[in-house]
Amino acid sequence: MTEEVIRVRGLRMRYGENDVLTGVDFEVRRGQVVALLGPNGAGKTTTIEILEGFRRRSAGEVTVLGADPEDADEDWRARIGIVLQSWRDHGRWTPRAFLSHLGTYYAPYSTPERPRPYDVDELLAMVGLENLADQKIRTLSGGQRRRLDVAIGIVGRPELLFLDEPTAGFDPEARREFHDLIHRLTDMEDTTVLLTTHDLDEADKLADRILILATGKIVAAGNADQLARRVNRDAQVKWSLNGQDFVHSTSDATAFVRDLLQRHPNVENLEVRRATLEDTYIALVQSIESGQGIAPIDAFAEAG
Amino acid sequence: MNARTHAIRNGLRRGWAEFILSLKSPQDLWFYLFTAALAVGYLWLNRNNTFADSLLSYAEVTLPSLLGALLVFGLYMGPLSTLAMEKEDGTLLRYKAAPHGMAGYVAGQVVYQTAQILPSIAVILVPSLLLFDGVAPETIGGWLKILWVSALAIPAVLPIGLVMGSLIPGVQKAGTWGMLPMMALFGISGIFFPLTNLWGWVQTLAQVFPMYWLGLGMRSAFLPEAAAALEIGGSWRTLETVLVLAAWAVVGLALAPRVLRRMAERQSGSQVQTAREELLQWVR
Repeated sequence: MTEEVIRVRGLRMRYGENDVLTGVDFEVRRGQVVALLGPNGAGKTTTIEILEGFRRRSAGEVTVLGADPEDADEDWRARIGIVLQSWRDHGRWTPRAFLSHLGTYYAPYSTPERPRPYDVDELLAMVGLENLADQKIRTLSGGQRRRLDVAIGIVGRPELLFLDEPTAGFDPEARREFHDLIHRLTDMEDTTVLLTTHDLDEADKLADRILILATGKIVAAGNADQLARRVNRDAQVKWSLNGQDFVHSTSDATAFVRDLLQRHPNVENLEVRRATLEDTYIALVQSIESGQGIAPIDAFAEAG
Repeated sequence: MNARTHAIRNGLRRGWAEFILSLKSPQDLWFYLFTAALAVGYLWLNRNNTFADSLLSYAEVTLPSLLGALLVFGLYMGPLSTLAMEKEDGTLLRYKAAPHGMAGYVAGQVVYQTAQILPSIAVILVPSLLLFDGVAPETIGGWLKILWVSALAIPAVLPIGLVMGSLIPGVQKAGTWGMLPMMALFGISGIFFPLTNLWGWVQTLAQVFPMYWLGLGMRSAFLPEAAAALEIGGSWRTLETVLVLAAWAVVGLALAPRVLRRMAERQSGSQVQTAREELLQWVR
């Protein structure tokens, strides 16, 4: 269970004079769902494309499923799945025909433990496209098309799945259905997932582990709770007393509330709020962008 | 069967499926009808003329030349525009993400682009045979020659189309990289008037490219032996035709795998994304 599926050490990427990645280190273990979170332009897509073998890195060590993606062979490719952001390819095809065609490329890699490809009808049902299976892809809505993208990404029953901004442009319902799908995949198939997102809520809901990428490196890593506690140990306590509202920040909310209630038994609307992932993230990005954030961030990176 | 052979077979099936889809697509059907109307209409307007100083009818000589030129047009512009488009719309990336997907993709392109020759030739040839007297080859040998000259056009031109489609920086450049050289060759390859009417250096230039030779090969298949008198050296130069087309085939087949591999290596999601954003800006 602790096998490393992805291992990245000192990954650097430079386009001309511009350093996009300045030393990225992380690993992903089998069965984990890891979210790479960061502001636009932080290098999320670059990182994932290097891991997919779609882009050559400038420096560093990268191992994905035991191979260097830069010179991995087609057998390696059969074990990974990539959810692409398509927009208008294969418009004349139907989802059924297209999935069946792409799935056929994986047939030679079928094993008893991992039959490949997925049965097309099963897959269409999984992504909720069974009623649109024989319509032209061109006629699908943006959200339906994304679900087809996901189906294509997993048609080869991958051991490792990459998703780059998977729910960009989804409405809330489509987003929730997509999250259910990812949970089903990781539960049933023991699929390892690496996704990029700038949606905090999504990272929180899907990921076992969140990596925050900013200024070309991983500035924080952990699950949502760990991240929130690290950036801001204080909790906010809100209450009202005699019609007046109060707010207080404290590192020991329990002691504060016990004391508060002893002194003022008629406190109303009491609310204790931990820093959310969003608070954490915004605090981090702001401190980095203002150039002040390096010291505290490095401090808790060491703590992790 | 190994995975690569399996992928190539899968790609061949895709090529055929694309061809069938194209035959059902109103857009593609209109394109066939449009080129047919243009070509047959042109011949119809010239139906009472003779070709240059000869006693042959204009349609009789020009129809085979046009068919040769259309072979080049289809086998060059077809893969060029398909690749230019499919690099940008994410099609190629799909196949790059699948095991041996690129091998399958290229196999599919060969089938698709080759199959498209049939309807594009048929829509011009069939009405011409009905409308104009004396355009059909007189012998079985003539019909057979049409077949093998067309077959030779495939390895001579299609790989070059794939190479140019790989090198072309974007769909918007298809005019400059595709149509412009085609139009220039149409003008200088002895299709609408004898090549010998042009300056010597233009004649030499035209004889470097397959379009002239495919036109010549088609004329030799359709026309009586005596019509060779209209050609350079008064001969059909069949051996030279085969040699020139074979030379293009050797060059194309040597270049295509390398160029295609290099192009595939460069494909990435962000490239597709950039193309999409550029297109959106361009449309606005």
